[in-house]
Amino acid sequence: MGNQKTIRLLDENGLRVDGRRWDELRPIKMEVGILDKADGSAYIEHGKNKILAALYGPREAHPKHIALADRAVVRCRYHMAPFSTEERKSPAPSRREQELSKVIRESLEPSIMSEYYPRTTIDIFIEVLQADAGTRCAGITAASLALADAGIPMRELVAACAAGKIEGKIVLDLSDVEDKQGEADLPVAFMPKSNVVSLLQMDGGLTEEEFMQALELSTGACRRIYEMQREALKQKYHVAKEETEEKEEAQEVRA
Amino acid sequence: MSATHQISPVAKIEQKTVVDLIVRGRRLDERNPLDYRPFTVTPGMVEKANGSAQVYLGKTKVLAGVKIQTGDPFEDTPNEGILTVNAELVPLASPSFEAGPPDENSIELARVVDRGIRESKAIDLKKLCIQPGKKVFVVFVDIYVLDHDGNLIDASATAALGALINAKMNAFEVKDGELKYKDELVPLPIQNYPVAISSAKIDSSVVLDPCLEEEQVMSCRLTVTTDKNDNVCAMQKGGLGVLTVDEIKQIVSTSINKSKDLRATILSKVA
Amino acid sequence: MHTERKQLVAPGELLAEGPYFAGENTYREGSKIFASRVGLADVVGNKMIVVPIKGAYIPRLDDIVIGRVTDIGMSGWQVDICAPYPALLPLSETPMHRGREGGGRRDLGYIYGVGDLMIAQVIAFDRTRDPLLTTKGRGLGKVTSGRVARITPAKIPRIIGKKGSMITMLKKETGTDIIPGQNGVILATGKNPDQERIAVEALYMIEREAHTTGLTDRVKAMIVNQMKGRTVG
Repeated sequence: MGNQKTIRLLDENGLRVDGRRWDELRPIKMEVGILDKADGSAYIEHGKNKILAALYGPREAHPKHIALADRAVVRCRYHMAPFSTEERKSPAPSRREQELSKVIRESLEPSIMSEYYPRTTIDIFIEVLQADAGTRCAGITAASLALADAGIPMRELVAACAAGKIEGKIVLDLSDVEDKQGEADLPVAFMPKSNVVSLLQMDGGLTEEEFMQALELSTGACRRIYEMQREALKQKYHVAKEETEEKEEAQEVRA
Repeated sequence: MSATHQISPVAKIEQKTVVDLIVRGRRLDERNPLDYRPFTVTPGMVEKANGSAQVYLGKTKVLAGVKIQTGDPFEDTPNEGILTVNAELVPLASPSFEAGPPDENSIELARVVDRGIRESKAIDLKKLCIQPGKKVFVVFVDIYVLDHDGNLIDASATAALGALINAKMNAFEVKDGELKYKDELVPLPIQNYPVAISSAKIDSSVVLDPCLEEEQVMSCRLTVTTDKNDNVCAMQKGGLGVLTVDEIKQIVSTSINKSKDLRATILSKVA
Repeated sequence: MHTERKQLVAPGELLAEGPYFAGENTYREGSKIFASRVGLADVVGNKMIVVPIKGAYIPRLDDIVIGRVTDIGMSGWQVDICAPYPALLPLSETPMHRGREGGGRRDLGYIYGVGDLMIAQVIAFDRTRDPLLTTKGRGLGKVTSGRVARITPAKIPRIIGKKGSMITMLKKETGTDIIPGQNGVILATGKNPDQERIAVEALYMIEREAHTTGLTDRVKAMIVNQMKGRTVG
């Protein structure tokens, strides 16, 4: 590949390489319940990220000794397909994937009422089919939908988005080139109903003020993403409620 | 796969003791919420390594060693040396550590310490280039946790920094495309001093430098690594709990402040 | 109340505030009640509930379930009832057990072998132990013929319908006997395999379109259409 040429990330109008303003999200598309065999599933496209999340559970714990007596064990695997990145990635789990599996599990587990299913496992699988920076955040957003799709009792949905710094400016939702050339990356997972953060990582360099700014920017975006999640669930299970009631009563009379 | 950890070996009433104390602003070992346990940094224990440092933080003991070797540079950074950080939670350090390949905890530990060093540009990697695109120096930092009594991240980051500052390598020059070592020993090109500060959230209180018992009852942890210019260069939330935005802001502020003291102490013991 | 009856809600949505109780699939925080699963919100008296769209089967006492034998032990059988917990049918809970005390695995295998299907009832289940079954009772026991459909347990009420309207229509139109297990497994037994196949198709159709209107009519129409070519021979 050789030395990547560095390019300007912000133009004279402060617009980014893909034309976005500093506080704009990349286009996001979500779909719920797209897999047949999984108990719950969701697919997300966030910028050029294409990520599939699937949920199996609650199911019997195998092997038995990993089970917890008073709640479900939540397991999470974040994995990138070999063809998902610019350079082919080896299918073997990398250290990065192992770390991300852990922090992603820790971002979703607080929302799961795992005490409902003692001695079982709830297994979350996140497969990155195409990566374009922000995969852990998009993965969390999709996994939360998959959990809801499976009917796992949850306190609320979890939404995630990253903010960062490029050419000295705090911006929302870094793209791949911005992540590679930028000065800081701050992925955040947020639960808008409870107003709490369940994933927070950062690498780069930020002053205290810059950090506060980036945190507010990403949590605000998480609220917007949360609305999209709710919309995606409603799309899947759309109901014409008044009609249902009337028709049912009418059928009763006829039957 | 990452899986929920097994239940804590601590009884409920023991957990309650810790929480009750903290709610009243006190801790098991009489510390204030923002106090670190007394710590020592002993450089140069392992003579065969290029550098080493042993840290005692309360009863936690971590040994870090630095080895410098030559190797191929990465394709996208042909003029830079390479830093690689590894951590081992060896079984003798705790009844809960098992022998085997690194688990998610040791991987997370290594990567958090790595990010602190890397993002703060603590080592001027450009000065470790021997032949651009062909040969560079590779700095291996290996963290060995010897006794786990809580806050492995801060202890490991301190040991890693100490080992890097302590490290010596033969001065070198490149003559006619050949690497030639000189007799003189020189330090690594260190230009920044990242310090990791970890806070634990227990109930609705926050304490710094949690000991093991505090870690067993905490809901979550937030590590903030700051460099010598008060820039935050790495952060990591860990654990199943959650934090409000205000709690995060408070912790970041406190951590940046606290890191100044810690940095001064570390440098005084290693330099 | 912050939600309308039969409104689709997602986990974390505010359902009500004040003098309400938190019913199934909801939880309370202070004075507010939130949904914990995706489903249709409803209120029963002053209790907020959510009727879930989907979810694992969690056994309840007295549930009738249809299960498959997965293992034979010394004194009973392990039965898969499509729940996160394997069920146990002890020999003492089968009507044939008298006179067979002290029999080993081979003897038990004569009653139920691995892979056999049965209709059973849940007689015990709590958080600390796996569900216990019995086949002593009318209509319980080994299943020897018929076809099985597996749907999400949350949709079983829809299969049955208000006052049994849906299941009565299904039985009549397909000419099969239909036994719905609370665990989402449904047995359809007819005089010929075609009837059974059509019944199973109808069951999956109901699961897919459970939330739509005019379903009973559409299912009936589908069955009648399919049966047309079948009644002869």
